[in-house]
Amino acid sequence: MISKIKGRVWKFGDNVDTDVMTSGKYINLPMDELKGHAFEEVRPEFAQKASPGDMIVAGRNFGCGSSRETAPAALKALGIGAVVAESFARIFYRNSIAIGLPAIICPGAASLGNDGDEAEASLADRKVINHTTGKVLDFQAFPDEMLRVLECGGIEPLLKQMKNA
Amino acid sequence: MGATAAQKILARASGKEAVRPGEYVMADIDLAMVHDSMGPVCEVLFRAGVDKAWDPDRIVCVLDHWNPPPTVRDAETYNFIRSAVKKLGIKHFYGQNAGVCHQVLIEKGHILPGMLVVGADSHTISYGALGAAASGIGHSEMAYVFTTGKLWFKVPETIKFIIEGSLPPRVSSKDVILSLAGKYSVEAAQYKAVEFAGTACNDLSIASRITMCNMAAEIGAKFAFFETDKKTTDYLMERAQRHFGVVAADSDASYEAVYHEEVSTLEPQVASPFSVDNVKPVSKVGDIKIHQAVLGSCTNARLEDLRMAAGVMAGRKVHPDVRMLVIPASWEVYRDAVREGIIMRLSESGAIICNAGCGPCMGGHMGLLASGEVCIATTNRNFKGRMGSPESELYLASPATVAASAITGKITDPRGL
Repeated sequence: MISKIKGRVWKFGDNVDTDVMTSGKYINLPMDELKGHAFEEVRPEFAQKASPGDMIVAGRNFGCGSSRETAPAALKALGIGAVVAESFARIFYRNSIAIGLPAIICPGAASLGNDGDEAEASLADRKVINHTTGKVLDFQAFPDEMLRVLECGGIEPLLKQMKNA
Repeated sequence: MGATAAQKILARASGKEAVRPGEYVMADIDLAMVHDSMGPVCEVLFRAGVDKAWDPDRIVCVLDHWNPPPTVRDAETYNFIRSAVKKLGIKHFYGQNAGVCHQVLIEKGHILPGMLVVGADSHTISYGALGAAASGIGHSEMAYVFTTGKLWFKVPETIKFIIEGSLPPRVSSKDVILSLAGKYSVEAAQYKAVEFAGTACNDLSIASRITMCNMAAEIGAKFAFFETDKKTTDYLMERAQRHFGVVAADSDASYEAVYHEEVSTLEPQVASPFSVDNVKPVSKVGDIKIHQAVLGSCTNARLEDLRMAAGVMAGRKVHPDVRMLVIPASWEVYRDAVREGIIMRLSESGAIICNAGCGPCMGGHMGLLASGEVCIATTNRNFKGRMGSPESELYLASPATVAASAITGKITDPRGL
């Protein structure tokens, strides 16, 4: 199970859409190529500089728009450990869980910190901690249906597990 | 306390007497829709060792996004999909000569009132025009549905828009839904179901209702519903040719919010870049020169939309600096428009008539924009880079406004033309 997520903060605003995460021009590319275009149109340095454990911290309605699963998948492929937001667009939220990327609904996320802050999220303790500023935010537990998928690492491993059961 | 349409359908699908907003349920899926997303769905399935679908007759696959394939890679994907369709024994496969998935599912009679439908596309919500609870999901969750026939849902709160009045000439349901987005924001219905009611809604054709439900996705909705009335049943009698019931919200159902709208004096509306709720009446948009006009997509490319555009353009020519693309929502729409002479008239006006499909709406197929270019489209999203270059700009409007703008070369009120 994913228990700890630790890295730098990438700060985003409200209503970040899935087209800017993975543009329609690129979504048929293999993930190894596609991930290099993540956020290209709004944060061109993102794909180069994101490191394993980093966290996206955003405002409201993160992931609005298209149902493309490449959006959370590209973030995960770049090592993003979790997305923490005030609220999510529903399909992005489901898709993140479905690929094993924790999408954490966290009141106050928009003021958690700034780009480059060192932060950590713990699903077990249900806390997000900004180590740079000392700020700590609590979030609600994931419902059982989602936790089961997250614990497996996503739907694909879950299907494998069901197949072998 | 009565139940909303969403509550009734989710209760029935999860085998419960009643469900409450906020409750999580595991529901049986009545129908699963995939388009080109069939490729990634099957990759997940086959990697997980699943080679059988729970019920191949409850799956509909329509190839629409990259059809016909513009690259070798896309052609290879389509071949993979065709072989996967055979392997899983999927009966309802529309590989060519069909159109945009949502239009095809509705016009081929796959959708009935009260069904619970999931589709691997965010505009699956369109089927609420016929009273179905329909929602978009991603390809991994669709792989789960293919395997088990089930999916978890959080029972949503419902908000209701009661829309009264009669729409002025050349003002359409696209203007209504754009005005709602502008007034209530892109997250007005986040995680919620929407019910549309009122005299103005009763007057709308099925095609116009599809437009409203389609764009309910742009205000965040999980489901959107029109009441099932005589128009719905007449439409279904012709197309579905099987028994169907009616699911209606109870008169004492509980709504999170009820909004009252009056549309008798509504102006044509335009959403400016880069958000669908950045909406103004066309008269306040300013002097915006355009390079491309697109009449297409699952939102607004049905027969009445093409007919409206041909009426606005009657006898006039597309501005010499503008490319106008006409992309019928389906081949049925295309053929009907040919029979009615609409295609000839649009072509004589200088429009480029494309094959039915998604076109450039999501920036994948043909008709993309260069940097510095401006487009007005009947499509559903105007995000940065959506239709091509991140330095292009996209405005959303009704078929009448797009047609008027194509003629003058700038964003134009169709009522004054």
